[in-house]
Amino acid sequence: MEFQHSHASHCESGVMSSMLRHLGLPISEAMAFGLSSALSFAYLPIVKINGLPLIAYRMPPKFIIKGLQKPLGLKMRFETFRSPEAGERRLNDLLDAGKLVGMQTSVFWLPYMPEDLRFHFNAHNVLAYGRDTASGDYQLSDPVVETTVTCAPADLRRARFAKGVLAPKGLLYYPEGKPSEPDWARVLPKAIKKTTRIMLDSPIPIIGTRGIRRLANAIERLDAQGNPAAAKMFIGQVVRMQEEIGTGGGGFRFIYAAFLQEAAERLARPALNELSDTLIDIGDDWREFALSTARMIRDREPLNPTKLADKLRAIADREQGFFRDLRRAAA
Amino acid sequence: MLDNEVPQEGNSTLAGHRKAMYARGTDGKLHIVQSAGWEVEEIVTRQAVDDLNRLAEDARQRVIAGQTSALEYHMHKARMDVPLLSQVTGLWQWRIRRHFRPDIFHRLSDELLRCYGEAMGLSIEQLKKVD
Repeated sequence: MEFQHSHASHCESGVMSSMLRHLGLPISEAMAFGLSSALSFAYLPIVKINGLPLIAYRMPPKFIIKGLQKPLGLKMRFETFRSPEAGERRLNDLLDAGKLVGMQTSVFWLPYMPEDLRFHFNAHNVLAYGRDTASGDYQLSDPVVETTVTCAPADLRRARFAKGVLAPKGLLYYPEGKPSEPDWARVLPKAIKKTTRIMLDSPIPIIGTRGIRRLANAIERLDAQGNPAAAKMFIGQVVRMQEEIGTGGGGFRFIYAAFLQEAAERLARPALNELSDTLIDIGDDWREFALSTARMIRDREPLNPTKLADKLRAIADREQGFFRDLRRAAA
Repeated sequence: MLDNEVPQEGNSTLAGHRKAMYARGTDGKLHIVQSAGWEVEEIVTRQAVDDLNRLAEDARQRVIAGQTSALEYHMHKARMDVPLLSQVTGLWQWRIRRHFRPDIFHRLSDELLRCYGEAMGLSIEQLKKVD
């Protein structure tokens, strides 16, 4: 079967959606995201990227790939490599065998990415579906790019074996066997409940709605008078994580709302449609927070961390209410 | 976010790429809409890129003034910082900082230079000079 590329907002859910469709189980990106309970919030002050904390609106890398195995009865194989040579050889063998291969890469070393977006972010996901026989270049399907792309072996090797936080170590993944149509009435409520647990019941105060409040407190403590440049870098980082790094807008809230609409249809539960509407509103709140932040960065309105912190606390309150309602609706 | 609210502001940091966003159509359903970019994204991306460029330019001036080595310039140019360069090369952070001293950098062995060059995708010759 000819491989078919599709444009997605998030790399990991996009890769899995394409891979599953290729295997004969058409599943949307939003369904791949929701079914693996990938939505989250985490404020990780200890993990630093260029000196700034990591803020995540989803579960850690590989969570989607791993999380889809059980509901779809799919076995994924993961392989990492100590040497780039071995990793490259294995990729070539798998492609020669006609496999579709998922890879974890750094964004910085992928030459087809826009220059300004090439940061040292190591948890990007790309599919390899073939190799150009003449040039030896890999044919890649990068879900966040509109069309398929090619990449020279040397560049791909660097991207796969980049070091640092979340180093990919050449990770390759591919399915063994075929996925099967799940029992939606069982798997969907289970996946939704898991997300509500992550958002509401985390024992660690930096995850879920508590994490949003924790971030609000950190923003409030920023020194807007003494060091406005540092304060602006911090709040800019939050918005980058939320809007720029392939989230489909509003820190994945819209993509999860799309999943809830699909779930409503599959389960014939209109209540989930209403909840989806609420989540779209919450996503719009996140977008508004991003807009205010950007305006403050550009001095179009005065830099006011307290105002941003209050916006975040309002969002945390709304999300808390939302996920409680969602928990009831999925029961 | 509705279909017609998806920003199409031609974000320059996307360099002509379009990104997939989720928005609501007239039927109330969410679906993917291609976005040419939002000014908000452009502002925050530009902020990060400008900051990295500022560090590189600042290092370049200090290289010319003889206050630091070309290594520091190339590190910032490759959008890295000392902790990351340390992870990539396997060298201690204090050692890398020591190599920012021009007199010590000039005496580095080819092997160490190759190690740095490898980390940043540069040849030894490129690594030794600033442009």
